[in-house]
Amino acid sequence: MKNKNVIEVENLSKLFGDFAAVNSISFHVKAGEIFGFLGANGAGKTTAIKMLIGISSPTSGKATIAGFDVYKEAESIKKNIGYMSQKFALYDDLTVKENITFFGGIYGLSKKQIDRKRCELVDELGLQEVANSLVSSLPLGWKQKLAFSVSLLHDPKIVFLDEPTGGVDPITRRQFWEMIYKAAHNGTTIFVTTHYMDEAEYCDRVSIMVNGKIEALDTPKKLKAHYKTDTMNDVFLKLARG
Amino acid sequence: MKRFVGFVRKEFYHIFRDKRSLFILFGMPIAQILLFGFAITNEINNVNIAILDQANDVTSKEIINKIAASKHFSIVDIIQKESSIESIFKKGKVKAVLQFENNFGNNLIKEKQANVQVLTDATDPNMANTISNYISAILKKYQQELNKNTTIDYQIVPQSRMVYNAELKSVYMFVPGVMTVILMLVSAMMTSISITREKEQGTMEILLVSPLKPFQVIIGKVFPYIFLSVINAIVIVLLSIFVFNVPVNGSLFLLGIESVLFIITSLALGILISTISATQQTAMMISLMGLMLPTILLSGFIFPISSMPLPLQVISNIIPAKWFIIIVKGIMLKGIGIGFIFKETAILVLMTLLFIGISVKKYKIRLE
Amino acid sequence: MGISVSNITKSYGKVTALSDISFDVKPGELFGLIGPDGAGKTTLFRILTTLLIADKGQATVAGYDVLKEYKSIRNSVGYMPGRFSLYQDLTVEENLNFFATIFGTTIEENYDLVKDIYVQIEPFKTRRAGKLSGGMKQKLALSCALIHKPKVLFLDEPTTGVDPVSRKEFWEMLKRLQKKDITILVSTPYMDEAALCDRIALIQDGKILQIDTPNAIVSHFPKPLYNISANDMYGLIESLTNYKHTYSIFPFGEFVHYTDKRDTMDIERLKTYLESQNLTDIHIEKTQPTIEDTFMELAK
Repeated sequence: MKNKNVIEVENLSKLFGDFAAVNSISFHVKAGEIFGFLGANGAGKTTAIKMLIGISSPTSGKATIAGFDVYKEAESIKKNIGYMSQKFALYDDLTVKENITFFGGIYGLSKKQIDRKRCELVDELGLQEVANSLVSSLPLGWKQKLAFSVSLLHDPKIVFLDEPTGGVDPITRRQFWEMIYKAAHNGTTIFVTTHYMDEAEYCDRVSIMVNGKIEALDTPKKLKAHYKTDTMNDVFLKLARG
Repeated sequence: MKRFVGFVRKEFYHIFRDKRSLFILFGMPIAQILLFGFAITNEINNVNIAILDQANDVTSKEIINKIAASKHFSIVDIIQKESSIESIFKKGKVKAVLQFENNFGNNLIKEKQANVQVLTDATDPNMANTISNYISAILKKYQQELNKNTTIDYQIVPQSRMVYNAELKSVYMFVPGVMTVILMLVSAMMTSISITREKEQGTMEILLVSPLKPFQVIIGKVFPYIFLSVINAIVIVLLSIFVFNVPVNGSLFLLGIESVLFIITSLALGILISTISATQQTAMMISLMGLMLPTILLSGFIFPISSMPLPLQVISNIIPAKWFIIIVKGIMLKGIGIGFIFKETAILVLMTLLFIGISVKKYKIRLE
Repeated sequence: MGISVSNITKSYGKVTALSDISFDVKPGELFGLIGPDGAGKTTLFRILTTLLIADKGQATVAGYDVLKEYKSIRNSVGYMPGRFSLYQDLTVEENLNFFATIFGTTIEENYDLVKDIYVQIEPFKTRRAGKLSGGMKQKLALSCALIHKPKVLFLDEPTTGVDPVSRKEFWEMLKRLQKKDITILVSTPYMDEAALCDRIALIQDGKILQIDTPNAIVSHFPKPLYNISANDMYGLIESLTNYKHTYSIFPFGEFVHYTDKRDTMDIERLKTYLESQNLTDIHIEKTQPTIEDTFMELAK
């Protein structure tokens, strides 16, 4: 499984009228890799992601996700990926257990599987005492950890994380990243979009989008060396300011 | 003053840039008035009626012929006895029964006065009213022809009786109702939404942390709507006068003053709603359920208050729209002056003061 | 002058949002409140901007009591709430004009103060605020909060959701404003921004963990800190978690930040241990703690 490409993108473009929101981007992501997808507001990140998760059709170019074509096999893509965003992750007015049951259900897990996963998850995250409380009553960090686990319920090949840890306290944030490392270790590919550079430093490789194009793509270490800076933040500033 | 003008200008920007609220403001009144105007028509054609001719003489025959010749009615049954009337109504075959008294023709010549009874099925009160008016018109015409050739004044006295809904009140007078609904909608709903929008967007926080005083914010919010509601009221009155020929018998000035009063009542209600709801959605729900429905259903606009069950009649008293409809009907249709609607006006003034009082008390200078 | 907070406590029902908070901000100081979401930052801002009343304690802003003299405070502070709070359907210029008017001033009168910031968005002055990018919205919001020349400026998480370029520009603007004798209280969940403040308060769960200059806070870190990296991050974290001498480990970008239970530790022995766990490319070196390290140490 390792070293096999699970995301392959070639010259992918999306035009809105004359405006190229995504301008011929190419990259690939290996199985089990943690891939950071960075860019300023309006650089085209969101448009690119929408094409990759099969909810928006590209104007031109090729892309396969988990072996499925983004033009023809969007439905198969959706079954093989997990998605978690900061804006929407879980239903606040359902309990922890109800959320797990609900999301297990929409991903087509059997009742038995759901029951098993629910026990596992609650134990792993140490949520025994709040398993029957509404999600709205949990601290933000717990919610985000639970949301990430829920996005892994159906053992997807790839998980897309959209600014997963914004505003979370530093300790919980690290626990979150330990969960990501574990998932990646187990072979799940992690695709993280963020414009917070400290999050970028955790990734195996990062790409930086500027005005619809990928301007840099490498490991954080090599990028920092190449741009002669100490932090990814400075790499980003150099690129985005031209 | 400059602050206030600046605030009001901002409110107008909001209103004119939001297509939805613009539509509610100006599209709705016109659409509603046209809808009600054309849907509630008073034209009738080929309505089935029955005749009970107890006189069976020349005069009654002549009148029956006149009715049969009119395009409005078709006579489908001639019944013989009074006891059949009820069964024929129950079968639903006819909408009205015309009953001539014994010796109708003789009475007319000897007593110079004869009676004819128009019985109508008032389960459809609008229809019943119209039928009764048409038959009266035919009788009147016949009477005029009769009187033309003589100096004696013969009189046919039609006695209308509505079956099933004896105390019929006209619903034809839709203009006061529509005007009330529109003013309520625009004033209360739009203000409550525009205040809660600031809460939702977080701009209320900034307004609170500014030297603006609470009453400046409130007056600034309602001022544009007073202005727009007055325009609306004028549009409605013009439409009803020129498109539907509804008369304005009373003073236009008085009508204007009373309208402004009702607008202020509605605005005060809108502010009250906004102080108890945190989101635009809640404000909209409360406005629709708590104001619009009672205004349409319990104010006497569509259903006559006198035919409601007693508990609803009592509740209808706390609905501002009820009093405004009485006022508008009085001024427009009866042409009465302030002396006759003093009580209703006083009630509206009291309600308004109460609402403003509560809202000022409830308006928060802080977030909680 | 400045801000003075003493023993402020605030609860919502059973939840204590702030418990016994005290600190002072000197006139002209750029003071940062650093803490994650839910730490109580917004509640504190709302108490100081007179939007909420504290259960206990006193506070003054620009010399005025937040309770008794709330009207004077409302005249003399600028406030930028956490979320974008401008009128989306008004243009850039209309927004700025509106806020100038309600404070009884004009754009012209205080143009000097906002000029630096406003010139950057002036080319878009006829654009609706809702159509601006995140960075431009933030500049407009700051212009609006400044247009009446406030003595104290409250900025609640101004850089959340904004890209690094705009964040950097924003902090540069704050530094320039500070020179114009405006006291600034700013909050942020991002530890890397803390270093840009004169003094900071680290806050979590409604309590202040520490108040000092960024340098002093870092120098208070109690133990030697090591950067460790290896070929497999997951394996490295697992191995270090099971190491008997581990005091704390936190992933930190491409490294793990490690502290040892013992006063003196042997780098070579740790390296040998890690190698025995099938890890390669092992690097261990001493490093400078960051504010985030201190925060985690204090919050533990």
